[in-house]
Amino acid sequence: MSLRLDHLAFRYEAMDMIFDAVFPAGGFTAVIGPSGGGKSTLLNLVAGFETPLAGRVLIDDADVTALPPDRRPVSMIFQDNNVFAHLSVRQNVALGISPALRLEPAQAQRVEAALADVGLDGLAHRKPGELSGGERQRVAVARALVRDRPVLLLDEPFAALGPALRRDMLDLLRAKQQARGLTVVMVTHQPEDAIHAASHTAYLEAGRIVALRPTADLFAATDVPGLAAYLGDWRNTVL
Amino acid sequence: MAERHNTVIAYQPSRAPALAALAFLGLALTAGFLPVLAMGIRQGLAGLDPYILRVLSFTLLQAGLSTALSLAIGLPLARALARRRVFPGRFLLLRLLNLPLALPSIVVIIGLVEVYGAGGWLGGLFALYGLQGILLAHVFFNVPLAARLVLADLERIPEENWKLAAQLGLGPWALWRIVEWPRVRGGMASAALLIFLLCASSFAVVLTLGGGPRATTLEVAIYQSLRADFDPQRAAMLALVQFALCAVLALLAQRWGGLVPDVPMLRASARRFDGRSGAARVLDAGLILLVLLLLLPPLLALAASGLQHIALTAPLLRAMLTSLLLGAASAGLAFLLVWPLAMLAVRGALWRRVAALAVLASWIVPPAALATGWFISLIAYAGPLWLSALLVIAMNAMMALPFVARVLMPALGRSAEVHDRLCLGLGIGGWNRLRVVEFPAVRRAAGLALVMALILSLGDLTAISLFGTQDFVTLPALIYRQMGSYRFDDAVGTALVLGLVVLALSALAERWGET
Repeated sequence: MSLRLDHLAFRYEAMDMIFDAVFPAGGFTAVIGPSGGGKSTLLNLVAGFETPLAGRVLIDDADVTALPPDRRPVSMIFQDNNVFAHLSVRQNVALGISPALRLEPAQAQRVEAALADVGLDGLAHRKPGELSGGERQRVAVARALVRDRPVLLLDEPFAALGPALRRDMLDLLRAKQQARGLTVVMVTHQPEDAIHAASHTAYLEAGRIVALRPTADLFAATDVPGLAAYLGDWRNTVL
Repeated sequence: MAERHNTVIAYQPSRAPALAALAFLGLALTAGFLPVLAMGIRQGLAGLDPYILRVLSFTLLQAGLSTALSLAIGLPLARALARRRVFPGRFLLLRLLNLPLALPSIVVIIGLVEVYGAGGWLGGLFALYGLQGILLAHVFFNVPLAARLVLADLERIPEENWKLAAQLGLGPWALWRIVEWPRVRGGMASAALLIFLLCASSFAVVLTLGGGPRATTLEVAIYQSLRADFDPQRAAMLALVQFALCAVLALLAQRWGGLVPDVPMLRASARRFDGRSGAARVLDAGLILLVLLLLLPPLLALAASGLQHIALTAPLLRAMLTSLLLGAASAGLAFLLVWPLAMLAVRGALWRRVAALAVLASWIVPPAALATGWFISLIAYAGPLWLSALLVIAMNAMMALPFVARVLMPALGRSAEVHDRLCLGLGIGGWNRLRVVEFPAVRRAAGLALVMALILSLGDLTAISLFGTQDFVTLPALIYRQMGSYRFDDAVGTALVLGLVVLALSALAERWGET
């Protein structure tokens, strides 16, 4: 399903933002750019946590701008606090199906399948406090899978993880995205995350999406204002 | 292992002042408890006569009902405030919630009498003298306390949880069960015990609004046994029961995590996405209105009527001077007791435990029960004014101790963390260290601690009632006396003066507390 932002306007303190872009259907788009440029705001607008001043959010050509967060075909994963500490891993995932935690046998089956899918099948009884940071994020991914919404937003989901673990998580995410045809938008501070996992990359600065292109094109581009300054030497050392 | 690692920093403040502080506290507590215990044991179970059992059951009844009512209103109020982050007057309402606990109880009681007493604005709505009046006053004090404690817990819930809840479509009930309740239940249990303890040892409210022997609590019955009936035997038995009750409550509260209330800061709470429905709005607005109706009339009545009757007479000025001198001395003593203990407590596990125990002991020991022991110990020397003054100062210092510790301990802890290694390296120690490093570093915290102790002591009615005399009168004692001698107008004027002095000091404390 495509995700289109149609002149979506927002104001935070002194910064005016206008987002106008089409995120490709079934694509994995990374969003990079300087801190304070509006990357998280972009996701919050799509998820319904912020109300825009003007403009529309269109998902598969349906206008969802006025819908509350739970009625949008969207799941979101945050950097922290994706899980409730007093609920078990299984319950945390089950919340994605039923807020009352009462599941039919078939639904319970889906929870188990999602847990197995993200490699948590042995840990279903554990409390989040007994898990590592990477495992806690896997719980969030499993919940997003059982919710089965076509758009998945991630706000620096793996920023607290080490390089190897981050790569594992990106591979997991990429595999699920392709298997289910999800439209993924992931904010990240690591250009190498974009290169590793994203089909497309958007460069966002000062409340504007300056460019959204296939990842290889964007990183090779010389015509994107601000991008060279943002990346600095990084391009020379990595590419 | 972890503890050993933490004490690698080897700066050791002097132990002598800390031992002196401990000796003082030990003496005060033993002199309070041992005579009571001895007298109680001599009487045995026979001493537990029907009167004492009746007083005990009334104490438990009113404290239980007060706690239940305070939580029943305070909890939904906290939820309403947590999910209404922006409405006109929210900031003022939060400030208003700080008032009841800052004001001396006798001042609030005067306001309640102005509104609900015979001839008051709402006279006849409640039977003010007796159980209803006691509950009303306790609810007035403790709804704001409960709301603030629960609100602090609710505001610590991270924003992601609200977003997640909104995305998962959790309804009000699921939201409460999954997001809010797990976060507030611990704080609620300790708030409940704290409020129960405060109400079980409440003195001024029961003394002024209690209806004689039918509606009296252990603390007030002790006072009456000592000062009106001169029956130390009965006082000792009551005190023993009161000690036991408070010890049980304190042990329970310790298990639930701390007794001294955590004062929440006014800060921006996380954005929430619930409570958008019309029913929720009406419910929250109704709750806020209810609490305004509870809190505002007595305060407004006190101000309106007090302004008409304010008169700076000689007895009032004399009482104010007495209050300020006693308060300054109590605050100074509390400070001197806490400082040396805190200096050691922030640097070692053993002293940390010792200091925690000292704070707990001075927090739970009910003043009138403690006073009974002092009374019995000093019966032979009764009379001189200086002795009465010393006893009042000592008791108020002990009551203030937990609050002083709560402010001073973290400040000294931060200073130790930042300065210890530097000072060791530069060879700065002893008095020089205090003068050059500690005093400037914790100046604000020390000022805040002193003012808080002063405020507590200015509002005290317990110690002054037990040890005061005809010529030894503080402002709260003067108010009580004026109430008792049918000079209610004078009492209102005096109460307004005391209230204003305390408010001015709180404003000062708040400014120091901000940074």
